[in-house]
Amino acid sequence: MGNDAHTPDAAASVDFEQVQSTERFQKLRKRHRSFVFPMAVAFLLWYFAYVLLADYAVGFMSTKVWGNINVGLILGLLQFVSTFAITGFYVSYSNRKLDPIAAEIRHEIEGHEFDKHGNIVSGEKK
Amino acid sequence: MIGIATAVDVADLKETTLLNMGIFGLFVAVTMVIVIRASRNNKTAADYYAAGRSFTGSQNGTAIAGDYLSAASFLGITGAIAINGYDGFMYSIGFLVAWLVALLLVAELLRNTGKFTMADVLSFRLQQRPVRIAAAISTLAVCFFYLLAQMAGAGSLVSLLLGISDWGGQALVIIVVGALMIMYVLIGGMKGTTWVQIIKAILLISGAAVMTFWVLAIYGFNVSSLLGAAADTANNPAVLNPGLQYGKSETSKLDFMSLGLALVLGTAALPHVLMRFYTVPTAKEARKSVVWSIWLIGIFYLFTLVLGYGAAALVGADTIKSAPGGVNSAAPLLAFYLGGPLLLGFISAVAFATILAVVAGLTITAAASFAHDIYASVISKGKADADTEVKVARRTVVVIGVMAILGGIFANGQNVAFLVALAFAVAASANLPTIIYSLFWRRFTTQGAVWSMYGGLGSAIILIIFSPVVSGAKTSMIAGANFAFFPLSNPGIVSIPLAFLLGWLGTVLDKRREDTAKQAEMEVRSLTGVGAEKAVDH
Repeated sequence: MGNDAHTPDAAASVDFEQVQSTERFQKLRKRHRSFVFPMAVAFLLWYFAYVLLADYAVGFMSTKVWGNINVGLILGLLQFVSTFAITGFYVSYSNRKLDPIAAEIRHEIEGHEFDKHGNIVSGEKK
Repeated sequence: MIGIATAVDVADLKETTLLNMGIFGLFVAVTMVIVIRASRNNKTAADYYAAGRSFTGSQNGTAIAGDYLSAASFLGITGAIAINGYDGFMYSIGFLVAWLVALLLVAELLRNTGKFTMADVLSFRLQQRPVRIAAAISTLAVCFFYLLAQMAGAGSLVSLLLGISDWGGQALVIIVVGALMIMYVLIGGMKGTTWVQIIKAILLISGAAVMTFWVLAIYGFNVSSLLGAAADTANNPAVLNPGLQYGKSETSKLDFMSLGLALVLGTAALPHVLMRFYTVPTAKEARKSVVWSIWLIGIFYLFTLVLGYGAAALVGADTIKSAPGGVNSAAPLLAFYLGGPLLLGFISAVAFATILAVVAGLTITAAASFAHDIYASVISKGKADADTEVKVARRTVVVIGVMAILGGIFANGQNVAFLVALAFAVAASANLPTIIYSLFWRRFTTQGAVWSMYGGLGSAIILIIFSPVVSGAKTSMIAGANFAFFPLSNPGIVSIPLAFLLGWLGTVLDKRREDTAKQAEMEVRSLTGVGAEKAVDH
């Protein structure tokens, strides 16, 4: 997939525009954005829905469900649950879908870049 | 029950004071040894600002929790729940959900693109000078607000523990806290500061866990009975419902929205939190840090819910309000009720340590920003070597420390959670739009960044100055005057959208185009971590 396209020659520095235009990078970019944007919109909407309810639907939020535990408390605790869940979801998504491509691209560029500057590159830990 | 806690408090004052000071002294001694050991191989700027990028994700995550669970979280939120019931719980939720912004949109990309400060990222593909100066100014402003809150917390705590209610005595303790913090940062740099945060986070979370377990045990591990008892002591079932504090009028409801917005968007724009992402070697470790901190912070906030209602039930809002230190004294009073002087001593020492550690983290951030962004990049135009830069950073630490001490003496007595909420509003307005735009919007330009940062910072601060926080209400900083033409205490609902709008407007009206090669470089670096994987040195 476009290996030649972004392999810099020994003298020139990395052509990031070229890397950016590769199919593989575009795939990484798309995968990243198609996860984080909808997810960010979703949790922000859910959070603001909760704030609006607490603000303007006090009666509903004060409805007792079990003993002294009311709807407001349950929805508040669900905010915790959803935060933990999204965190776990994102980590597993990144590990499966983002990290491997990112590591591949980095691997290819890096050797050259670091050789050129004479920096020590220790092997990529996987 | 009313009066018992305070009566015993006064009677046992000497014993408790010595005990508190003993435990706190022990903490200072132990951490100081660790700081000195950690600082032995502080050589380069990367060592001083970013701890040589040598921390693991879990260590850094614990340190982030240590940085984030400030006096505001512990004293402020517990107090807010104890007094205002459900509305106080809102703070915890906003503070926690906010981490998703950091996790999804900011942490890893920032780690991959910057070196030491927030300005590194913001100025990456834009014009260095104007963007760096703006980012440094907003970093300093946010750190200053946050510092005020912490120092105010120190004042409250001291007045409670030592029964010192006179201005001079409290000022003296604020000076001691400030001086200790300056020493930590001067000696230990980021590495020492990080270790202080880690130790403190562990102490704070375990202390809160013990108290939570204890409170729950009193009510037979039945949350419903705890809530019932809180409502009984308060003699007001409304403490379990939203609206006690913010439901009074349409203005206060709007204020609640404004607060919610500032809380959720502020975290990912706090410079001292952002800087922590540079202390780990890779973006993957940065991600791990956030995951760790989300779990630790989330669990801690669940504790504060129990502690807040526990304090409401067992100590009572009236006792808390009339105690020296007011709202902020709920957690220490609850500790005293549960475990007597020993637990009070431990919890207070932890709260002191919290303040010390957070203040140290803020100070190193502000100093790094001044030395790296203003001195090295702007004043000496990149000609200063790393040694000089670190020297300037150390001097800045002293200046900021002195400013924090003075500010803290004046902010004494305000609810710390509330002051921190203002810092969040300033951060969300001044920094977040530019962070998001520069990471995700290809077309974004220097003019957009500068408009957004100054517009957000300026509008947030101006609205605070003309809000009931500063004048026109009983609880205002300047109680006698009234120039509060802005009705809300939190400016977020106006200043945050305004800053986003200005960023967009500044960009579309900008005739200059930014360097597309730089944009490509930033995007590739941010997503892949090219060139940023290992400890990078100047």
